[in-house]
Amino acid sequence: MDALREKARALLEGGTVKVVIGYAGGSDPQRARAVFVRDAAQADQLIWNETCRQNLATYLNKPEVKALGKPALVARPATLRSLLQNAVESQLADEAVLALAVADGQVVELPTFAAIEEYLAQQPHGLTAEQQQELSRLAALSLEERWAFWSAELGRCIKCFACRAACPLCYCDRCIVEVNQPQWIPVASDALGNLEWNVVRAMHLAGRCVDCGSCADACPEGIRIDLLNRVLAQEALGSFGAEPGYSTRKDYALAAYKPDDKEEFIR
Amino acid sequence: MADFEPKLVAFVCNWCTYAGADLTGTSRIKYSPNVRMIRLPCTGRIDFMLLLQAFGQGVDGVIVSGCHPGDCHYTSGNFHARRRWMLSRRLVDFMGIDLRRIHFSWVSAAEGAKWAELVNGVTEEVRKLGPYEGFPKRLNGRLKAVEVG
Repeated sequence: MDALREKARALLEGGTVKVVIGYAGGSDPQRARAVFVRDAAQADQLIWNETCRQNLATYLNKPEVKALGKPALVARPATLRSLLQNAVESQLADEAVLALAVADGQVVELPTFAAIEEYLAQQPHGLTAEQQQELSRLAALSLEERWAFWSAELGRCIKCFACRAACPLCYCDRCIVEVNQPQWIPVASDALGNLEWNVVRAMHLAGRCVDCGSCADACPEGIRIDLLNRVLAQEALGSFGAEPGYSTRKDYALAAYKPDDKEEFIR
Repeated sequence: MADFEPKLVAFVCNWCTYAGADLTGTSRIKYSPNVRMIRLPCTGRIDFMLLLQAFGQGVDGVIVSGCHPGDCHYTSGNFHARRRWMLSRRLVDFMGIDLRRIHFSWVSAAEGAKWAELVNGVTEEVRKLGPYEGFPKRLNGRLKAVEVG
């Protein structure tokens, strides 16, 4: 934590960056909040602990954040992945952001995409055993049980779109839920609309999601929408070898195709 | 359930399957009248949400069909669509939506007989499954409120 504050102070004083986007203590000790440190004197607000979960990359493509000047970004491995995926999708230029990875009390500066790729190559890939078990447990339920589970989960959705706001890859200026001519998805919380919104959100992230978990963390109803992303990520990995966010040289899996993609379900 | 007539919606591409179904008619092949066809420019346009909305309006089964791989009018629309179907099938199955009611096919403009066979086959399969009652409906544009348990 001291190393992080020290680094932020040095970067701001040296003028390398104009703002350090990091974590500060929240009103609830279990949840850190994002902080935008623009003055070296305020670098002591920065914290680093296990409550620092939010993916801060989500702020990078906001116009008001862009207007602040070059940012440094305190990044977890998943945050780094979302930077690379944003780059693949032409949303982020190389060297436009200085990523700060914190590990073992050390702060590693990652100024370029190449440096991020190299750093991520050292990190563990794939699902944890716990996450894997959770998916298998749900997939093993019967059709009716799965439907009952997801009807109850999505039934709680209030369509606040916090999941969208929290996601660094949900960056469209105009989103389908704001289109009202025609109104594809009703604004009110209704059973079909909740299903539509959550299926559409998950599908729009299929093959792109870097599994940071910020959507589920942001959900005020505690809906496990991260599971939907995860099951799609698994399918994209299995079918297309998609591992979004580990390289800037690989296309988004659904923007590519192979003539011999498997199609045993098509008659 | 013996007199249950399933309602099907078919989302088809303009260039192959729609023309194929037209050929079924001009060839005077009789097939199940349970299907309502919706013509779209390309299978690449068929968002999975359209399928959900069809179920929401009370259909019991959905057919999605377009040009055979390599025959797409727009060169690669069906290849992209196929990748999306692979993922979305896994997702809706994981969520407990009944995949036995969602059918995919390639029907070319020359395959009038295949279209008839497909529709007849799907009609029979869905007839056996019965109406899709568990799915939330939005009939005549009216929302169904979420039941708070």
